[in-house]
Order: sequence, then structure tokens, then C-alpha cells
Amino acid sequence: MKQNKFVIKQISVFSENKPGRLAAIARALQEEEINILAFSIAEADGFGVVRALVDKPKKAHEKLGGLGFNVAFTDVIAVQMKDEPGGLYETARILGEGKINIEYAYAYSGKEGAVLILRVDNVEAAISAIQKGGGTLLESSLFQ
Amino acid sequence: MRVWDPRIEQMPKSDLERLQYRLLKTMVYRLYSFSPFYHRRMEEHNVHPDDIQNLEDIRKLPFMYKRDLRDNYPDKLFVSSQDDLVRYHVSSGTTGKPTVVGYTERDLENWTNSLARGLVSCGLGRGDVIQVSYGYGLFTGGLGLHYGAERIGATVLPTSVGNTERQIELMQDLKATAIACTPSYLLHMGEVAEKMGVSIRDDTRLKVGILGAEPWSEQMRQRIQDWLGIRAYDIYGTSELSGPMFCECTEQKGFHVWGDLAYVEILDPETLEPLPAGERGEMVITMLQKEALPMIRYRIGDISALDDSICACGRTHPRVQRITGRVDDMLIIRGINVFPSQIEYALMSIPEVGQHFQIIVDRKGALDDMLVQVEVKKEAFSDKITDLMGIRKKVEHKLRNILNVAVNVELVEPGSLPRFEGKAKRVTDRRKI
Repeated sequence: MKQNKFVIKQISVFSENKPGRLAAIARALQEEEINILAFSIAEADGFGVVRALVDKPKKAHEKLGGLGFNVAFTDVIAVQMKDEPGGLYETARILGEGKINIEYAYAYSGKEGAVLILRVDNVEAAISAIQKGGGTLLESSLFQ
Repeated sequence: MRVWDPRIEQMPKSDLERLQYRLLKTMVYRLYSFSPFYHRRMEEHNVHPDDIQNLEDIRKLPFMYKRDLRDNYPDKLFVSSQDDLVRYHVSSGTTGKPTVVGYTERDLENWTNSLARGLVSCGLGRGDVIQVSYGYGLFTGGLGLHYGAERIGATVLPTSVGNTERQIELMQDLKATAIACTPSYLLHMGEVAEKMGVSIRDDTRLKVGILGAEPWSEQMRQRIQDWLGIRAYDIYGTSELSGPMFCECTEQKGFHVWGDLAYVEILDPETLEPLPAGERGEMVITMLQKEALPMIRYRIGDISALDDSICACGRTHPRVQRITGRVDDMLIIRGINVFPSQIEYALMSIPEVGQHFQIIVDRKGALDDMLVQVEVKKEAFSDKITDLMGIRKKVEHKLRNILNVAVNVELVEPGSLPRFEGKAKRVTDRRKI
């Protein structure tokens, strides 16, 4: 199947919840001159998952994997939001009406507006729902 | 099927028992006469050599303990004079002060023959290349296996421990067909080999592992056999018995304890009454022929069970099931006995986690708290926290079922738990009682 141009490869890294682990990941990325575009940490007691959109995901995967980290690619999508009240509601409503579940999400507010990064249970359905609902998806080439 | 010493190994049971009684009687007279230590201990227990009238009378004899060796450091328990000794070994002292053992020429001969029988019983012989990756030196493992392997006409590759990458290269270049090492070191070798792009299964001639010096489980055997494409045999012994002594045969139903060299009892650890065959209890061993350092009713501290039926391999000597724990490794968690080997057993059946683990015991308030750290395997890693929590729940559930006590599980990064090249140290007990 042709890779949808709106599907973005996110890097997910398993990390123990203790001092210095994030620094180790970040330093590894710096050494490879990989830029982090968006990022979040999910934590459960004792461990966490660091999720990041980077400009060179393959290189990041190789580097971190080589250092012994548990690394995985995860497909996410990025939606352009209006940086004003109701911006998030619009995107969430479209997905809710399309019966698409959001597994997790994180956002950043940049120069050209706000962006919501979404991990959903059905990527293809989410993409078409957002397009039909009038939302704007960011292409993966914008990041990578 | 080849047998090293058919006359002894296939001796009818009644003959073997007569031989054992004769050897025991001789040993007791000898100790009563020449060992001030054991003479005194027999007097304290009101036992005289004349009280030993049959093999069962062994139960009248007093026990010996590890601490007897420590208290009599270095050589006060020796019955032979130094002139007659041809070697010393010194134990690693993982459970306290080191202990010294000594050997006469005949002691070494019996030790070597015991291993020759064992190695042949698991299918090895002339033409095999046996890589000995037990430590050489003060530890008994390396030199013991070395001479046993030479005795059967195999070629020895004496790599000792460490420098794992070189070990793997030599294993390939010199076409090793068997390896003797600890099971955890073999797992470590397997991992290092994979990192080097070498598959032990496909890129080496290895077919047999002689694995011991630490407790391991049946599940671990399956994992090693399936992963590395070899047959894995349990070998048992401690320096007090001479060193690694008793090995499984190709039936893999427990190690044969050669009855002409040793007599095994399995006792209830509380009442010290003998347990019926098949029941788990404390193993007590009497060495029937040792000259320099005799060991009578030695409470070695290992937990196991005995099978006295004739083995399918034709050998009449009893088999002891793999060691399932040590009396002194046993942790008591909220009043329940827990053996680290049970945790290993539980983890082996969960594909999402690796085979290495650490146990940390602490006391929170009045309650014992046990934490088990396990590594999440690369293949099982999921970006979703709920999946990871699910793995943790699964491990906790499995451990609670097997141990009958609630356990906290912590998932850690792969490769972050310590690997052991010698005896594994998997328990940290922080309780201050």
C-alpha cells in the first residue's frame, strides 16, 4: 500500500523513570544533529514513553536502537488548528462524529498557528474524516 | 549408548547398596580414628562406629555444615597430611569467608572419573571439542571439567570466563561441539553472538551444553535448547564434594549421583526426617570415598528431590532433580517462602520479558515489599502505555500465582540489568530487622 502523505513517523522510546534518561536520549539526537519538532512524555509509575517528531526519524531510530534503547515507529497525524478559542474543539468534534478514537495527543503552538499531533485507532479513517470535515492536515514532508 | 564404566554405572541396586554400606563403615571408622573434629562431634551425639550396622544407620551420624569448614579454616578438617595432598581449591566465598578444600591423588582420580562418566552419559567422547568456560584457578569448575573432558578423549578448549567475543570466535574457528559454563553465561554468550552477527544455532557446531554452578529451571533449559539449538544438561557439585561432580544423562531427568562416591538423603528441612522419593526437601550428602577432606552428612543447603528408580539409560544410580533453591537463598516474604528460581520459572513463560531479573526486598512500614525488575523485550515494546501496563500486570499476576505472595514489578530498559559471568547475584535484601 502506498504510504499516505499525511502519515507521520513518530519515534517512541521506552525509558525508565529516573534522572538522566531524557538527557541520554536528547544527547544522542544532538550528536546526530537531529532536530526535535514536537515531543511529549507519557509516564506510568517506574517507566515512561518519550514520543517525538524529528526531522530524521530513521537516523534517530538507528542511533537510539544502537545505544540499547527500546525504540519503535508509530504512525501519527498532525492537524493544523486555529490558534483561538474553539480550535481544539473543531478537530475533536470531527473525529468524535467519525467514531474515531484518540489514543493520545499532544500539541504545540508555533509561528504558523497551532498543531495537534494525534495517535488514533484508525489512521486512514481519521485522515478522510478530517479532510471531509474541512480540517487541514500537515503533510509528513513538512516535518521529515 | 556408550557407558564409561559399565561395571559400576549399571551395578544391580542391591550390590550398590552393599558397596555403599561397606564404604560408609570404613569411612566412619577412619574419621573416628583420625579426625579430632568428627570424633568429638560423634561423642557429642553419643554415636560410635559400631552403631553403624546397615546403610539406614547413617541417620545416627551427626551433620556437617558449611560453617564447620569456615570455623576450621584453612585446613583443620583435613584428615590427610599435606605431604599427601596434590591440590588445593578455594571457594569463592559468596556466602561468607572462603573455604579451602584439599585433594589427594585418589581424590582427583575419583573426581575426574565421576565427570568422565557424566560427560559420556550425555553423549560426549573422543572427537568432541569441549569448550570449558568455567573459571580456571581457585574455583573448581574449570579444572574439574578440564580433566574430566581430557579423560574421555575429548579435545579441551580451555577458554575460562570472560572476553566473550573471543570465546565466540574460538567456538567457531575450533568447531567446539560442547560448552561447559553457567547457564546465565551461556545466555550472555548467545546475546553477544547475536550482536556480532553470529547465530550459535546456525554458525557453530555446538550441540551440547554442560551447565551448572547456579540454579536454573526447566523452562530455562527449553529456552536455551530452542534458541541455541543444543541439548542442555544440568551438572551439579560444590567444592566440598570436590567440584562439579554429577551430570545428567541424555534422558535429562536429573543428575545421576554415583552411589559408589556419594550417598544422598533428602530430608524435611524442619523435622530432618527422610522424605519419600519425589518429595522436595533439603539435600544431605555423604561422600563415601574422599580422603583428604571427608564430608559426612553434609548439609549443603540445596533443595531438591530424589528419583531412585532405574533410569531409562540403564544406569542404576539415583537421580536428583534439578536444584530448585537453596535453604539460605530462600527469602521469607510476609511469612511465605520464596525461591528466586520460582521467579525465573515464572518469567520464562512470559514472552514479552527477558530472562534476566533482579529482586529487591525492602520493608515498608511493617510489611515486606518485594520488587522484581524485568526487561521489556524489543519485540514487545509498544508506544501505548496501556500495553506496557498490561505486560506489567501479566508479570505481576503470574508471579502472584506461582509465589502465593503479591509482588511489584518494574519494567526496565533492555540490557540494563546486570549480567553474570560467574554465580548470579539476583537478590538485594534491604530489610533491616
